[in-house]
Amino acid sequence: MVVENGGPILVAVVVHDRGIMYSYVFFPRLGLTRLEVARRWFSINSTLTMTSIGTGYDLSASTYSPDGRIFQVEYANKAVENSGTAIGLRVKDGVVLAVEKLVHSKLLVPGVNRRIHTVDKHIGLASAGLLADSRHLANRARDEAVNYRDLLHSPPTLKSVAERVGLYLQAYTLYSSVRPFGVSTILAGVDKTGPQLYVLEPSGVFFGYHGAAVGKGRQLAKTELEKLNLAELTTREAVMEAAKIIYLVHEDANEKEFELEMSWIGDETKGLHVPVPKDLLEEAERQAKAALENFD
Amino acid sequence: MDHFPTNWGRPRNDAFDAYGTYPIHQRPVNDTFTDGVQRTQHPIVTGTSVLAIKYKDGIMMAADNLASYGSLARFKDVQRLHPVGDHTVIGAGGDMSDFQYIQRLLDELVTDEFAAQDGHTLGPVEIHEYLSQVMYARRSKIDPLWNSLVIGGFKNGKSFLSYVDLLGTTYTASTIATGYGAYIAQPLLRTAVEGFEETLTEEQAFKILENSMRVLFYRDARSINKYQTATITEKGVTISESRHLETSWSFAEGIRGYGPQTQ
Amino acid sequence: MFRNTYDSDNTVFSPQGRLHQVEYALEAVKQGSAAVGLRSKTHSILLALKRSTGELASYQQKMFRIDDHVGIAIAGLTSDARVLSNFMRQQAMSSRMLFNRPVPVNRLVSSIADKAQVNTQEYGRRPYGVGFLVIGQDQTGPHLYEFSPSGNSYEYYAMSIGARSQSARTYLEKYYEEFADCSLEKLIQHGLHALRETLQQDKELTIHNTSIGIVGPSSEHETGIAPVGPFRILEGEKVQVFLSSMIPKATAEGEAAQPPPPAAAAGDQDVQMAE
Repeated sequence: MVVENGGPILVAVVVHDRGIMYSYVFFPRLGLTRLEVARRWFSINSTLTMTSIGTGYDLSASTYSPDGRIFQVEYANKAVENSGTAIGLRVKDGVVLAVEKLVHSKLLVPGVNRRIHTVDKHIGLASAGLLADSRHLANRARDEAVNYRDLLHSPPTLKSVAERVGLYLQAYTLYSSVRPFGVSTILAGVDKTGPQLYVLEPSGVFFGYHGAAVGKGRQLAKTELEKLNLAELTTREAVMEAAKIIYLVHEDANEKEFELEMSWIGDETKGLHVPVPKDLLEEAERQAKAALENFD
Repeated sequence: MDHFPTNWGRPRNDAFDAYGTYPIHQRPVNDTFTDGVQRTQHPIVTGTSVLAIKYKDGIMMAADNLASYGSLARFKDVQRLHPVGDHTVIGAGGDMSDFQYIQRLLDELVTDEFAAQDGHTLGPVEIHEYLSQVMYARRSKIDPLWNSLVIGGFKNGKSFLSYVDLLGTTYTASTIATGYGAYIAQPLLRTAVEGFEETLTEEQAFKILENSMRVLFYRDARSINKYQTATITEKGVTISESRHLETSWSFAEGIRGYGPQTQ
Repeated sequence: MFRNTYDSDNTVFSPQGRLHQVEYALEAVKQGSAAVGLRSKTHSILLALKRSTGELASYQQKMFRIDDHVGIAIAGLTSDARVLSNFMRQQAMSSRMLFNRPVPVNRLVSSIADKAQVNTQEYGRRPYGVGFLVIGQDQTGPHLYEFSPSGNSYEYYAMSIGARSQSARTYLEKYYEEFADCSLEKLIQHGLHALRETLQQDKELTIHNTSIGIVGPSSEHETGIAPVGPFRILEGEKVQVFLSSMIPKATAEGEAAQPPPPAAAAGDQDVQMAE
């Protein structure tokens, strides 16, 4: 069920008929071991899934469950899954961010209420999850970027910002007095090493990507991203592809209204992270809608 | 844990043992009698005058490329005009390291403003206010940033030209000259510009500044005949490549009464 | 004691990834009387319903001036609102002091939203129990924002918060496309109509229980307003002329024929912390 690198492997969770719940865990050194996870309530709550709910092991980020999981971090990921999809494309000469911004009221002013933030001149941040948390994280990322500039008198590399923000996220998984961040974040930018794209998760882990997707429709979005030859695309082409993916993912989820929000960084923007200009955005939306019709 | 057993059982703080009964009397580092902290009392590497005028399309500014070390012409390709966002240029005289610090402050400000991406930008009026607050706060700590700054800009159809110095003094005018230029160039600028702010063309404005820079080069021993100009208009900020002044020193042949000549 | 295992403090996600304490704080906003905000191309306005605890008591304050160009209407815990509005005033003054610039309204709202977010993430704090409607004008024109205890802030064409605000929202959603080109007088009339929807059965809007907040140029019924149209609050007799302009509900543009919107459509009232 859960495999941790080199660590114990949870093989099975069994609820015994007497209401005792066991997990069977394979420890590399000890072999297969049966651990009693909980008694009694499980005969009542046996409809609940997994080892988490009702065990008391899932009430704090500072508690491991007997099988070595931190449920609060996993629940934080649930907050991410409820949110509109965000994708990032790292291509030949730049990066593109696109977000499926679910519109919860028609009274909202379109074009503002942004979900893509600017961290530094050359770095953008898009996230899926609790919007307030992502603003917090964006502010922290900005501080890290400013610190880097103060210290080294040069624009921060994406990697350095991702590392620092990753550490910050991780700190919020250590203590019961705070909760983890309910956001998965895509960090995109062009630095002295070229276009870069990172994804940071609530646990604090981060990886570099050529194409990344977070939020509700990430599975489908990833499948679509894999079809693209990202290394050969221009940033302008990537804008078109990103719009298509967001439209496709949105239709698949059968959600209510949404607004497409996109930003890019590349030669055309002189290395600055800026929203995709209106005419290009409209063209991308037009193509995306046309592609959807062909897709059906 | 204090691992020096001789200290155990003794007050560890000078507040409780003011006369230092053990081991030797030592004054606390920061008591009333320690030497005061010394602040900047004079600039080290300096730039000289900055000139700026209003003209029909906005603001034009000029400053030479020299940073002097005392009377030594130490650095000859220093840019003393610095763009701040899309609507403003500041020109600086005085201590160049303090000016570099100010550039950092402003660059951070512009980056923050860019990161907000909300359609608000800082114009010359805001930059002027910010710099005047910084300069005044520093002089009030008796630790001034040793500069005189000229702020020129154009935003929303309005041009703006102002001055801030190490004392926190501010003013706005249609011609500004700092340093030696305040004595030598300012009268020339006033004569040429005042009353003509709305009619002077870019070419005319440039001629006025070029002429003033030449006069300054003749008279100011801390100047150099290599300078840049900046224009700030509706279209944004342009800072020129370095220009060279044509000067003629043949008149010096005829000067008598100074130096070794007797006739 | 608690409704479920996961709602006792801020620092716990429910297995669904929800934050129950935050959702309860959003409920506190609904305990307060309603406030409505609308925006046109030239003006932003607020309208609020003031409560009084009894005949001998004064009416509670629902609107606060933050700066010349910004004002707020509140719903929920007034004491929390006073703390936050104090902070907003400091931010506004600091912007004027440091940059000689009226603080951009969106940044002001974001600054309190960021403050509120921290209170949803740390143990030993509670989320703020108050929601704001913020109106203001800056370089980018007039604006209306909603701030909520979850740490979110959004810009709207029109919005309502507080008790039975869903009814007002239903009204606003019906007419919001007209608002952009409305005169100030017409905008206020719309606002009053929306606010009226939040009243209990036997109540009506009076000069005592109604506050109107405005930014933007003077209306024909005001005097002595500076041309830029700084934030002002109209109360008491000054409100009368606007109350009189209301179209009685029975005849309100043929609406009487239709059944009233379902009382605060229970489904929509369900609290969810927005993504």
